[in-house]
Amino acid sequence: MMQLHLQYFALLREQRGLREETVETTATTPEALYAELRARHAFSLPGDSIRAAVNGNFVPADTGLKPGDTIVFIPPVAGG
Amino acid sequence: MFRIIAEPIDPPALKAELLDPHAGACVTFEGWVRNHNEGKPVQALDYEAYTQLAEAEGERILAEARARFAVQTIVCLHRVGTLQSGDLAVWTGVSAAHRGSAFDACRYVIDEVKARVPIWKKEHYTDGASEWINCATRTTDPKSPTI
Repeated sequence: MMQLHLQYFALLREQRGLREETVETTATTPEALYAELRARHAFSLPGDSIRAAVNGNFVPADTGLKPGDTIVFIPPVAGG
Repeated sequence: MFRIIAEPIDPPALKAELLDPHAGACVTFEGWVRNHNEGKPVQALDYEAYTQLAEAEGERILAEARARFAVQTIVCLHRVGTLQSGDLAVWTGVSAAHRGSAFDACRYVIDEVKARVPIWKKEHYTDGASEWINCATRTTDPKSPTI
């Protein structure tokens, strides 16, 4: 098990009901972590509409996570 | 300079930052809050950003534009918070020696900002309903793969 920090924005923030939390997980990639969280919290957005950021940088979905990382899942953007 | 700000955007102050004796052209773009979207009347918009990554990605876009086009200065600001119809949501300005590269760079910056920068908007309609707008993601972008 690994401890990770999560921040939520926009639709994911509303569906989780939180801006941030710390979780214990066996997931080792953003892809696996999103699948776990989506199953637990019934997030409506499928993984293929989400990008992942770790410690403030966009990363590929299969990037290895380390204890203490801060992960943000990015819903489809809509600036402008 | 790319910034996310919570206060109203001040175009005259921003335009002053573009002044440059080498520049013969200045192109600016203003994105305004529309009072309708896809046939539905819009009362207000909530903009939200992941500021740390939004400003980093915005600066990358400006660096790309400076590498691609012969420009002097580029400034882009995006406002967050609750905005009403007619409010200024995003402002981009480019100064350059000649108009062609100023137009091209301005277009490049606003298009990439809309497609890549982690900013979201929730529309509030006049009938009381609301909805996050999720239309702009390019899932095939190799620089930002999805899960």
